[in-house]
Amino acid sequence: MYALKHEENVCATCPSPDCLLKCQYMEFSKEDAHKEIMKVVRGEDSVVLKDCTTCYACEEYCSRGNHPYYLICERREEKGILTAPRPITNQWINMTEMQGKFMTGSVEDTVMSCCMLPELKKLGSGDIFAEIESSFVFGAEFMCPAVHTHFAKPSVIKERLPKVLERYKGLGVKKVVCMHDECYGTFTSIAPAYGMEVPFEPVYYMDYILERLKDLKERIRPLGLKVVYQRPCSNRLIPDKFPLVEKILGKIGVEVLNRTYDGENCLCCGDIVRAICGYQAADDIQKRNVDDMAASGAEYCVFNCPFCQSALSDKVSKAGLKPVHIIDLCKMAIGEKEV
Amino acid sequence: MKDILKPLVDIVGEKAVSNHEEDLWYYSRDPGVLEPKRPDYVVAPKTTEQVQAIVRLANEEKIPVVPMGNGMSLTGIVRPLKGGIVMDMKQMNKIVEVNDRGRYVVVEGGVSQGQLKAYLEDNYPHLRHSIPDAPPGTTIAANVALHGQGRLSMQYGFNSDMVTGLEVVLPNGEVCKIGSWCMGPYWFSKGPSLPDLSGLFLGWLGTTGVLTKVGLRLYPQKKLRDVEIFVVDRAELVEDIIYRLSHTEMTEDLTVWFQPKPLMFKGNYHITVYFTGDTEEEVEFKRKLIWNAVQSYIDSKDGGFMGIAPMKSGLLEQPQRTISVFADVPKGGGFEYSGPITLVENFPEYTAMFEEIAAKYNLLYAATIRVIAGGHAMMYGMSFAFNRADQEMMDRVKTALDEATEFALDLGGIPWKPNVSEQAMAIQRMDPSTLSLMKMVKENLDPNGIMNPGNWEVN
Ligand SMILES: Cc1cc2nc3c(=O)[nH]c(=O)nc-3n(C[C@H](O)[C@H](O)[C@H](O)COP(=O)(O)OP(=O)(O)OC[C@H]3O[C@@H](n4cnc5c(N)ncnc54)[C@H](O)[C@@H]3O)c2cc1C
Ligand code: SF4
Ligand code: SF4
Repeated sequence: MYALKHEENVCATCPSPDCLLKCQYMEFSKEDAHKEIMKVVRGEDSVVLKDCTTCYACEEYCSRGNHPYYLICERREEKGILTAPRPITNQWINMTEMQGKFMTGSVEDTVMSCCMLPELKKLGSGDIFAEIESSFVFGAEFMCPAVHTHFAKPSVIKERLPKVLERYKGLGVKKVVCMHDECYGTFTSIAPAYGMEVPFEPVYYMDYILERLKDLKERIRPLGLKVVYQRPCSNRLIPDKFPLVEKILGKIGVEVLNRTYDGENCLCCGDIVRAICGYQAADDIQKRNVDDMAASGAEYCVFNCPFCQSALSDKVSKAGLKPVHIIDLCKMAIGEKEV
Repeated sequence: MKDILKPLVDIVGEKAVSNHEEDLWYYSRDPGVLEPKRPDYVVAPKTTEQVQAIVRLANEEKIPVVPMGNGMSLTGIVRPLKGGIVMDMKQMNKIVEVNDRGRYVVVEGGVSQGQLKAYLEDNYPHLRHSIPDAPPGTTIAANVALHGQGRLSMQYGFNSDMVTGLEVVLPNGEVCKIGSWCMGPYWFSKGPSLPDLSGLFLGWLGTTGVLTKVGLRLYPQKKLRDVEIFVVDRAELVEDIIYRLSHTEMTEDLTVWFQPKPLMFKGNYHITVYFTGDTEEEVEFKRKLIWNAVQSYIDSKDGGFMGIAPMKSGLLEQPQRTISVFADVPKGGGFEYSGPITLVENFPEYTAMFEEIAAKYNLLYAATIRVIAGGHAMMYGMSFAFNRADQEMMDRVKTALDEATEFALDLGGIPWKPNVSEQAMAIQRMDPSTLSLMKMVKENLDPNGIMNPGNWEVN
């Protein structure tokens, strides 16, 4: 059985327990933050196990290579603490169960992973993805199970992720272009944290796009738009990839405006919080986030994650911004989509 | 049986009557599991006078008449059990009157749910009727003849409670006005403050007369509609959740459903809550009251609202098509349901029984249950899907449905749009005084027993 690698001593000697100090949903003094994370590390009861909203952010905040968020999940499961209501937790487990209903295209050395989200298949089309569009995988058998961290069910990840990796291995693929941060984060953060070997090279879709934009340079017509960006929770697992957003947008003549809930301080889309905590907390997060976007004066809100887009599109539109996925913006810039 | 083709042609014209085998084949069956029964004639009248003439003729010749809307009630109650005439009402498709301020509509006996919905959307977009989730071609008259339920039944009761008047052709061919229009121009009340005679026809499955006009209440069509689904995994919690949600008086419609497929629905009971408003503030206000009503279940982790973004447009459809999709799961496109009506508190026993029966007969099931009139009762649709090409499977479904109804009635429920064997179960359990009153009604209205015979055979 796979086990989470978490160095107790690294926490014990941590000069600044940023994992909890920077947490946007719980307030701690430096001393208390240290005390509470050590309780979690030692498997003792901690308020963190009760109040953590599963925003993933502490994975980014910890700069010492430990995995506070995965640890919180482990401890919650050990103690039988549910995040979301039991029927919702089980619904997600059932919904993402491998049932042999997956699809694969004409698989080549490089495949595009579309998770179980038809939107990703749609996004992964056109000239940007022309070389890999037909070499795709889709379905629970290829889905990264990272979402179960939201439900404090790391056991599901430990059971399913090796099967996913095995299936990719069976296909003999060399590179997997991950169309969702969650997927790339799973292969580059969760798998190593649990000591699982990844039998291919994971490629982040924004890296792939950047390369493609070089090839398609001649076709790019700068869009001249001002936008804000909605950073998804799973980008916290791969913070080194965050700068790619500005790089891509810079290449297509789109300016990302500064706002309060940006970068490390970003707010999640609120959908999971709604399931876990109820509407008040979610409404509060979404309102602060959308008000902040509106105050920036941006025309568009750029999404990276289809879940965030579906959770916030309506609200964003009502605030006067147009919701758009970053891939669609790129398609606009090369004249594949109308602005 | 005397040959009445010529007199029927004289009444409705050649094109509106048939005794051709291919037509009789079609009109001998409904989409449920019960075996076909062959009629002798099919006739499609256009006017009340034609209906009168047909019924008069049939009464003289003692030939059965089975009124039929769209034949979609599934329980075999439009099959001509004793042959005779199937009277297809669909040609009587005029929307006679809408009283905008009085919020009612008068329709002919063959007007379909879809037709009225479209007509209101085009001409009175601020008004709506309580549309059932049945296919849009099903008729309004048939729906009240079997005490149907629709999108507004949670608020206003059975669809038959929303009737504001009837025009009925009695089994002797006489036409009778029921309700306020019996003494004036207005169709605002089916009975009160007069003796309510509508009960002689509503729920009788066409065994006491033919409804040629129906007055129906209309309700405000709010500009916005929204939906949430609350999910629990313990059947015994459902009653309290319904009680709390209905207490808010904020819900347009409340349905409970459970099904083992697709897998994401397995093991849970889903409570779909619809709510409406003219402004976003109104909708949000209602949403909050609805959430607050069940927040303690969220806190205890026993229940929660599920994410519904990908399903939302389907959920907001009226009628909702998903149940028809269910019919195709085992291939062969069939489904039928047993529909007891009972108290909400019996939910755990019913669900346990239903799941047990489905397992016993190895059948795929889906149950949808609508809460009626603020929580006074629940109306079940316990559906089994089947393959029409598989008689053995259809027999299993039939046995399973009978068993489910038997159980439900033993628990104090009553059957909804009962098939013949369910009617027999009901009659067997009825108090003798009730039965004798029904007998009196039937004998007096239809002494020759020509109206949809074989159904509600209280004699
Ligand atoms: C997918 C699906 C979903 C459904 N959902 C619902 C639902 O949400 N709510 C609901 O109530 N039902 C529902 N039903 C059941 C049924 O389709 C409806 O009740 C519908 O109203 C039946 O209409 P019909 O015109 O097909 O009736 P028919 O089957 O033609 O007739 C039903 C009964 O009414 C009698 N009748 C017909 N017309 C007259 C008349 N003019 N005068 C006197 N008697 C008459 C018939 O003799 C018969 O006994 C559903 C059915 C399906 C297939
Ligand atoms: S998880 Fe990271 S940031 Fe938190 S105490 Fe441990 S080492 Fe420090
Ligand atoms: S996941 Fe988010 S809410 Fe939970 S402890 Fe980490 S930073 Fe705080």
